This record gives sequence, C-alpha cells and structure tokens, in this order.
Amino acid sequence: MQDMNVVIAGAAGEGVQTVGDILAHTISAQGYAAFTWQEYESRIRGGQNSYSIRIGEKPQNAPLLPADVLLALNEGAVKKYEPLLKEEGTLLAQNQLRERMIAIPFVEIAEEELGDKIYADTIAAGALVGVLGIDLDTLKQVLVEKFRRKGNEVVESNLSAAEEGYRRATQGCKDMCPWKLPRRGGRYYLISGNEAIPLAAAFAGCRFIAAYPMTPSTGIITYLAREEELLGVFAEQAEDEIAAVNMALGASYAGARAMTATSGGGFALMVEGVSLAGMTETPLVIVLAQRPGPATGLPTRTAQGELLFAINAGHGEFPKLVLAPSNPYDAFHKIVKAFNLADKYQMPVIVLTDHFLADSQFSVSDFDLGTAGPGFYLADPQEIRDYKRYRLTEHGISPRLYPGQSEHLVGVDSDEHDEEGHITEDLGATVRAMVQKRLAKIDGLKKEISLPEEISVNDVDTVLVGWGSSRGALLEGLSLLKQEGKKAGMIHFTELWPLPEFTFPEGKTYITVESNATGQLARLLRSEYDVSFQGTINRYDGLPLTGEYIRSYFNEYYG
Amino acid sequence: MSTMDDYHNNVEIQWCPGCPNFGILQAFKKALVELNRAPHEVCMVSGIGQAAKLPHYLRCNFFNGLHGRTLPVALGVHVANPKLNTIVVTGDGDCYGEGGNHFIHTLRRNPDITVVVHNNEIYALTKGQASPTTPRGERRMLQFGGVELAPLNPLAIAILHGCGFVARGFAGNIEHLKGLLVEAISYRGFSYVDVIQPCITWGTHPVSWYRERIYTIGDDYDPGNREAALEKSMEWGERMPIGVIYKTPPAEVFAGRFRKAVGDRPLPELQPPGREKILELLSGFRAAEGSP
Repeated sequence: MQDMNVVIAGAAGEGVQTVGDILAHTISAQGYAAFTWQEYESRIRGGQNSYSIRIGEKPQNAPLLPADVLLALNEGAVKKYEPLLKEEGTLLAQNQLRERMIAIPFVEIAEEELGDKIYADTIAAGALVGVLGIDLDTLKQVLVEKFRRKGNEVVESNLSAAEEGYRRATQGCKDMCPWKLPRRGGRYYLISGNEAIPLAAAFAGCRFIAAYPMTPSTGIITYLAREEELLGVFAEQAEDEIAAVNMALGASYAGARAMTATSGGGFALMVEGVSLAGMTETPLVIVLAQRPGPATGLPTRTAQGELLFAINAGHGEFPKLVLAPSNPYDAFHKIVKAFNLADKYQMPVIVLTDHFLADSQFSVSDFDLGTAGPGFYLADPQEIRDYKRYRLTEHGISPRLYPGQSEHLVGVDSDEHDEEGHITEDLGATVRAMVQKRLAKIDGLKKEISLPEEISVNDVDTVLVGWGSSRGALLEGLSLLKQEGKKAGMIHFTELWPLPEFTFPEGKTYITVESNATGQLARLLRSEYDVSFQGTINRYDGLPLTGEYIRSYFNEYYG
Repeated sequence: MSTMDDYHNNVEIQWCPGCPNFGILQAFKKALVELNRAPHEVCMVSGIGQAAKLPHYLRCNFFNGLHGRTLPVALGVHVANPKLNTIVVTGDGDCYGEGGNHFIHTLRRNPDITVVVHNNEIYALTKGQASPTTPRGERRMLQFGGVELAPLNPLAIAILHGCGFVARGFAGNIEHLKGLLVEAISYRGFSYVDVIQPCITWGTHPVSWYRERIYTIGDDYDPGNREAALEKSMEWGERMPIGVIYKTPPAEVFAGRFRKAVGDRPLPELQPPGREKILELLSGFRAAEGSP
C-alpha cells in the first residue's frame, strides 16, 4: 500500500487529542506503522489544532501534509484544514457542508443516544475506523484497554459509541471510502521522544530530576514523577530553572545521577549552572527541547534553533558534550550515552531535542537495547589513601568520590581551585595546571563521538547535510527526489560537540537542511571542517521539515 | 570522639583581621565537636561572598557553588544522601538578595538542612554596597544618598513560610552561637540561624554598638507561639534579641514519601531499575501480541 494520512482537526478541548490517540493505537494494534504529529496553538481552549496520523506498512517516521481523510470537529476546522485535503480525499464533519462528504453529528448522537456528549470522541473514532476499513473489533479492544479502569459501564458505553460511529460512517461512505486496512502481522512500538527519554534516563541509573515546566520538555519530568516510586527517580518541580539546574548539581555531587529538562528560555537561565558543572567537574545531563525563539517565541511549535547556543553555552572554557538524537529510539540510546559520558568525563551533557521529536509518536519495529546499559565511573575510596578531588592526572580525569561515601573529604569549588578544591590565586602553577587538566579531557571525549550517518555520498554530486530530528524528513526527501530522477545523498549528524574526526569528500555540492533561519549547522561545520556549503534549505515557520518541503525547496533553488 | 583538631586545616584565611567571621568559624567547630560529628559526616554548601569562604577553613565535605544558589544545591545533596549533615553557610547578599527566591521556596519544602546566614547588612566582598538587610537611610558605596528600600525581615519570612526552627545569633558571642548551632543542626527539618556579624571594614557601626543593643532572650519566652515569634522577629533597632525565636515540633521533611518507598540509603547505592523492568515498561508502548 501507499502511505496515507489522516488529519483530525478541531479546537483545543474538543477531543482532537483523544480521537487521535485512540485511532493511532487502533492502527498500531491492526498491525500498521503509524506516525503521529500534532500542531497546536499555545492555549487551553479554542483555536484550531491538528493531529496527523500517517499510516503505512513500514515505519516512515516523517510527516505528510496532504490528507486522505480529514475529520473536522467544527466548521472553523473545516475552513482551516480543507486545503490540505486531497481532491479525492474524504471529509468527515458534523454537518453537511458540501456535497461530497460524510456528515455525522457526533455530539448530537452522543447526547441523544448515549446520554452524554463525552462519547462524541469515541463515535468519531468509530467513524474513522469505518472510513478507513479497519476492523471494528480492533478499535473495541483498544477501547476496553483504555477505559478498563473506569469500570464496566464506561467501557460498554464507549463500545456502543464506537459501533454507532462505525455504522453511520460505513452507511455514509458510498464511493468515498476506497481504503481497506485488513489486519496484518506488524507489531510496532508507538512511542514519542518524551516517553523514550525518561525511560532511558531511569535505565541509565538517573536518580534525580528537577525541572521547571516548559513546553516541549515537560513530558519528561511528568513521566518520571508519575513513576517516581516504581523507577526510584526523585522528581522535583523547581521554583525556576536556575534552581532546577543547581538542585541537579547538588544531587550529582552527592553521587546520584541527575538531570534536568527545559526549552530555550529556561536553558538561558541554566547556563550559569552549565558553567558551574564544567568548573566543579560535576556530571549533569540537560535535555534542551527546542522551540522557536527568540524569547517566548512560538511555545508549541518546533525548531532547531539552539545548536550554536548549546555548543557555546557557559562562560569560560571547559569540555561539554552536545548530542541531538534523530528519533525516540536514538534518543533512548543517546540518553544512556549522555549519562555514562557525563559520569566518565565529569562534565555537562546537553541533549538537543525539539517539539517535533518530543511529542510525535514514531513507530519502531524493534526496540533493541543492544549492549546499552549504565556504566559507572565513581572511584573506589578503599583504593585511595590521600584523596584530592581534583588530583592532576594525565588524562585530566580525577578520581571522583561523593561526600559521606568514606572518610575521604570531597570539596568542590566554583572558584579556580587547587587539587583539594580550595580557592587558589596561584596563577603560575596551579591555575595553568587546572585549566589544562579540564581541557585535557576533550582528547578522550573526542574518541567517544560517533561519525555522522552517510547515505549514497560517494555516488552523487549533491549531498544534503542535516542534524537531529529531521532525519526522517531527509530520507523521505531523498526518495522523492530519486523518484524524479534526481540523485542526492545525505550526511546526518547526531553527535555535534565535540565534532568527530571526519572528512567531507571533495568535489560535492553540499546543502544543509535545518529548522532555523541562519543555517547554524553550516556555520558550525564550516568553522570545524573548513567545508563550504552551496546552499541551505531552511524552515523557520514553526512547522516540522517534511520530505515534500525538502523536495520542493530543492527543486526551486537548487534543482 | 571528634576534637577541634579534626576540624582544623591549614588553608590561609582570607578574611580581614579581626572580622567577626572568625567567631562564627569557632562556634561551628565547637558545635560540631559537641555534636560528636566526624568531618566526613558533614557537608557544607556555600555560594559567593565572605561567608561563603567558611567551608574552606574547616575540614569537611563542601560544595562552594555560585552566588545565591546554595539552597538548591543543598536540597539536591539532602535528597541524594539524607544521612549527611548538610549545612548551608551564606550571607545576607547571597541568601536574601541573589538567592531570595530559593530562600522562600526552600522554606516551604522543609528539607532537613541547617542554614546559617552571616548577616552583616552589607555587600562586603564587592566593597560596601547595600544588601537587602541594610537599614533605610544608611549610606553605602552605591547608595550615596542613603538606602531608599525597606529592609527585608528574613526571620519573619521564615516564620511565615513553614520554617520550624528560626534563631538569631551574634558572632561576638561564640558560646551562645555554638549553643544555637548545636540545637539547629540537631533539629529534624529546615533550621535557620541568622547571625549578626558586624562588618568592621565597611559597616556603619562598630561591634560595640551592636553589643550594647543585643540581649539574650530569656527562659520566660515561649518559642512555640507563632504570633509571639513574629512579634519578636520584628524587634530591631534599639534592642536586638538573640536566641531561639521560633521552634515547632518537627514536621515531615522534604522527600519523606520518596524515602519511605526507597529507604534511607544514599541514592548512588541503589541499583538502577534494570533491563527487565525497562523492557516491560517499553512493551506498554506496543500493541499486544496476537491482538485483538
């Protein structure tokens, strides 16, 4: 089958999310790979939002914009999203607004036949399942699972609602529902970045998270707070981001793996703490979930605008690691790596995600943990006689103990310090030695960095270069170009600072693809690798990069 | 038994000669010896300022962090290892100025830590600017026409926001201050001691001026009475009370529910959830086998 796209649109509070979640899980249970992404306004009620579900036999984790089916929960949603509907697509709404459509008054039916308008969402989900040719039983099973805890009566009413929606849709379909999605054997994990990250953190041995709520990072601490006792990760909502980063540093100094999560504005407040982690050599993991700036920007939209900010964050010079996972599976593994390397090199690690990666649900065939696991690097106090927290060593890494672990005393300082952590102004010897010791860690760190992913680079003249969460869109862009007979390759970075030893093949045309206006990756790579770029495919309207966007932009400017 | 020598180190002290901070340092050592705490059981957290250097002059674990950020750091230490005696050493600029927001919210949390504020009513390290506790009208190095802002009353703030142990000491009365520190460190919950520490370099008044006005709260005072404590906290000027101003029976400390679930061991000693549990949680994101 060709991948198809279902869009559910309506006002905030109208059930867009509920209907979308039910349908996405039904598609997954039916054995298909779903990819969901949402775009919504920064408000609690009203506005017009959408929840898009891409359906395919194999995971294609990138958004499609044109809709095969549009469910619009109000007339404003029809107006806003109808342009997305393909000519042969099917519109589903409450009232008859045009000739070719299916009208089902969900709310009216819910009130009159089921006694509560709350069932309108399930009626709509039933209708979509009917339109798409999915087994009603699959939906019913998802509903039983979803409402089991609310008791039999609620389950039964939802099942009736689903049947009613399904019946009305199949009756109304006539020639408008050509799709058939019979049950198949695929089994996929349907998971978002903000779900994979907290699980990975717990797996990596994280024991402490402090954060201040900020879209799109909030899901991470929310998950850990909900599972606090099960996972043994203490979660605290701090009074501000400055407190959050310092709390995490306190816990980390005391031996607990610790993290925080925020977005650009909150990260700006944390930056002094990044520097503190660098100076005190305290391990710290920060998830920086990007959204468009500057300042408050577009709180609920996506961007890749903090690359250079993250790399340069913190006054003074000290080693840090910046990672940018491409999808939830990658994010899981990158988070484990982040905790392990933060511990090994005693430094801050920034993991860049964005609204698109944080909230979109990706289908993953096999969530293989591989050899990943927590690796701990605390020293053994019994092997040390005369302990000094900042003992000078060849590789710059001093044995790290935590306070109270033994009779050894652990002193750390934000001032320049001597080996015992005491304030120093010994400029000639101690200060130089400490600066060199901290920076010496970069040599070892560089060897831990993975190379970028390369696709078809040797066989083509034109190479698209991207980073982070746009990998899916880049892959789709390449295949769309290929269908047009245009050959392009790809180089994709997920480990961005320090950059790995890598050589860009000569004689190619390089074009960066980025969700920002100034081509930050191009600037970084130019300065580090002395590579030149012939162009940039930018997107900075708050919407995610798509394969189609890359294809048409490429054709317009570089084709 | 721990001794004064256990707490001695050879670090050169950078305070001005004769600074009342020496009295506070002495009181700390005496209190820790009286409590029979070993240096490795103590973790001092400080920020920036003259007070913040104290942990360097006393053998113990220490985190000398950023200006104003002592309390969040101490909170993290306390959650990670509640067995440590976590003591924050800070000043009026560090705690009430730069860290004012943290002061308010850490009071609300009631972590089992002790906070000792060297209150000299001035920014000494940056050479004499006004602090949040400088009295109105006093001239400072940046407030040439006199301070226009109303001074903060941090003791009243603490009493009003859930602190169960509020005291004021005087750096010039080491024995009395030692007694307060012993009681504060022994208290289970957030204990807070504001210490009058006249600045002999930049301050308006000499130590003797304070000595004339300071009096020790008598045995007839009931520190369990919140209204009386608030009233006592507002007594300032011609008469300055020192002693325990407010003390309540200990309440549930911060992270108590979490600690009931995971036990009281330091967090780095706990085993991570493990592969099986994570795979089980991950399987919740996958449609059930053979479904429906």
